[in-house]
Amino acid sequence: MTTPLLALTLHLEDVLVVGAALFAIGLYVALSKRNAIGVLMGVELMLNAVNVTLLAFSRFIESEQPLDGQVFAVFVITVAAAEAAVALALAVAIYKHRETVNIDEIDLLRW
Amino acid sequence: MTLNALRLIPMRSLLDLITGYWWDLRDFSNLTRMIYKHLEDWGFPDWSIYVISGLIGTLGIIAFIGGVAVINIWVERRVVGRMQSRLGPNRLGPFGLLQPVADAIKLMQKEVLQPASAPGLIYTLAPIAFTVPGIAVFAVVPWGRHAVLASLDVGLLYILGMSSLAVLSVFMAGYSSNNKYSLFGAMRVIAMLVSYEIPIVAGLLGVVLFAGTMDLQGIVLFQEENWAFMVMLQPLAFLIYFFAISAELNRTPADIAEAESEIVGGYHTEYSGMKFGLFYAAELINAVSVSAIIATLFLGGWWAYKLDELVPGWMIFIGKVYGVYFLFVWTRGTLPRFRIDQLLAFAWKWLTPMAIINVVVVAAEVLAWEESGWSAGFWIPVFIAVNGALTGALIFGFVKFFAPKFQRFPTRPRFYPDIDVPSLPAVTGAEFMAKGGQA
Amino acid sequence: MIADNGIVIAFWLLAATTIGCALMVAAVRELVQAVLFLALTFVGAAGMYIVLSADFVAVVQVLIYAGAVSVLMTFAVMLTPAADRRNSETVFQVPALILAGLVLAIVVFVTLDTDWAISDRGAFSATAASLGEAFLKPYVVPFEVASVLLMVAMIGAIVLTQEDEVPPRRQEGE
Repeated sequence: MTTPLLALTLHLEDVLVVGAALFAIGLYVALSKRNAIGVLMGVELMLNAVNVTLLAFSRFIESEQPLDGQVFAVFVITVAAAEAAVALALAVAIYKHRETVNIDEIDLLRW
Repeated sequence: MTLNALRLIPMRSLLDLITGYWWDLRDFSNLTRMIYKHLEDWGFPDWSIYVISGLIGTLGIIAFIGGVAVINIWVERRVVGRMQSRLGPNRLGPFGLLQPVADAIKLMQKEVLQPASAPGLIYTLAPIAFTVPGIAVFAVVPWGRHAVLASLDVGLLYILGMSSLAVLSVFMAGYSSNNKYSLFGAMRVIAMLVSYEIPIVAGLLGVVLFAGTMDLQGIVLFQEENWAFMVMLQPLAFLIYFFAISAELNRTPADIAEAESEIVGGYHTEYSGMKFGLFYAAELINAVSVSAIIATLFLGGWWAYKLDELVPGWMIFIGKVYGVYFLFVWTRGTLPRFRIDQLLAFAWKWLTPMAIINVVVVAAEVLAWEESGWSAGFWIPVFIAVNGALTGALIFGFVKFFAPKFQRFPTRPRFYPDIDVPSLPAVTGAEFMAKGGQA
Repeated sequence: MIADNGIVIAFWLLAATTIGCALMVAAVRELVQAVLFLALTFVGAAGMYIVLSADFVAVVQVLIYAGAVSVLMTFAVMLTPAADRRNSETVFQVPALILAGLVLAIVVFVTLDTDWAISDRGAFSATAASLGEAFLKPYVVPFEVASVLLMVAMIGAIVLTQEDEVPPRRQEGE
């Protein structure tokens, strides 16, 4: 048997690191954006990172029911879609009253 | 005498001439098998054979789509011309067949202008991103019994995902043009497509429930197995999908995104030269890809009763694609443009409830089929009758009870109803003429 | 462990695209461009799902995230026009950067430190049918709850964005 020219392998850890990086970027976006819609983008990025991780576990980890990770990922997508719809509706509703969706100007409850 | 003359032709030896050789174009499987064999003989590793065969298939599809996009410019203009009692392009070449070439040359030598304040990357990427989904759809469409590029297990969902990507590219074009009319067009198309996504998905659910698979090849095989086109089993789904997708295609009955009499050119107002040409080609490509989807899902794809034993499957498929494409050209040539509120009301008040009722009925039918254990030979005619009756009843009922009242002299919509505006005199044309032309 | 050159190269290309686009979402100040980069991130993540042999989830991701959620976001951005003015980062920028870096460091450390129970099961073949069975057999209650949640979200969104004062309907056939 000849040794192959190129023998690349992909391990669980590689995928998990990519997911963690995506999660960290999402966290930074969610915390640092001034606009409410920008914050929502960060949240969606974090949910995507979680999905990557779930699917990686479903693919690589020893388990009785390996498909459960994918089931959970679909639930995450469903909940994220619902959350996006409500959050964007909130942003539009707030904009109608306050003419802004910047999270540091919506502070009626502060004192 | 003619029969004797026919017998002189050695049919058997003619078939022997092509069977098993790579030039057997009834089916592409011999060709691909030959390529595989040669590549293996030359010592290519496995993965490169996979890549090379994929590339060859992709190139074939792109060549087909490019040819179709060029020819359909002529087809569409000629057919629409016929419908409007015109001749259409008939000067350049035989029957005007060279007209698309002249159009392409004209578009290519025009200068590509770009608005100074446009974000360049988005502006350039928009026409490309608009073209790609229409081509990518063809990856899962079967061309014959053994000729499908990617027999994807979730083929139908893949098609839906691809077609939903086109929305964003339209928005990119409208936004980056930095033009009021472009943005109007883009926002109109987004509002429309968000609404029409629901009847499209809910309508196709009926097809998936019957076939029991989302693989397009599996859906064709289901139709072959049960000896019935899906359009007979699912006439309502066919109508819903046809109307909804013709809205999504941005063609004339629903082309509010580029309505040239209202908002100049919509999202491609600021595009010129070959960038505009790409939008123009993508519109034709999308129409063809949607025709291919309809031909596969509802009209049996490459299968046509006994015909596919005589004629190559891909010829039948292309024939069906052009049949459906003619329907699209027909709607374009005969129907006037709708207003956006009419279009949205049509999606939400007509297509969506019909699609949901359809899904419920189909689920009940499939359950009855599986639980009873009776053969398809009994159930398929029953389903054809029941679904045909349901379609007729639903359409009749909706038209009877939900259609807006016909107005002989429509009143203008007014934003300030408390201001009294004299309305038009309610006379018919005949009365008007009898009075001597004075209201 | 996946030992197929093509798939591994595809994964790293997709991962680079995804993370690059996510970084652009963080860096870009104009919201519309951020939404477009976000859509690209979603598509790249869908590609990674395909590498992880989750074709159904990947297609659902393209359909829902890239097709619906990003379109909703463009809608929201367009409906809040004046919101694009003051778009610099909040005062939390530096703490957020530190926190994100810490989270990344911790997760990477835990990932590399743990002894995972790796199976050599290989890729899933067609997942759509078995996923459907999973939804309707063991997970039927969460499935129904999710559909109720979607319904609630839809009604909530409609109520939230409804106009306060309904304009007087125009008279028919005046």
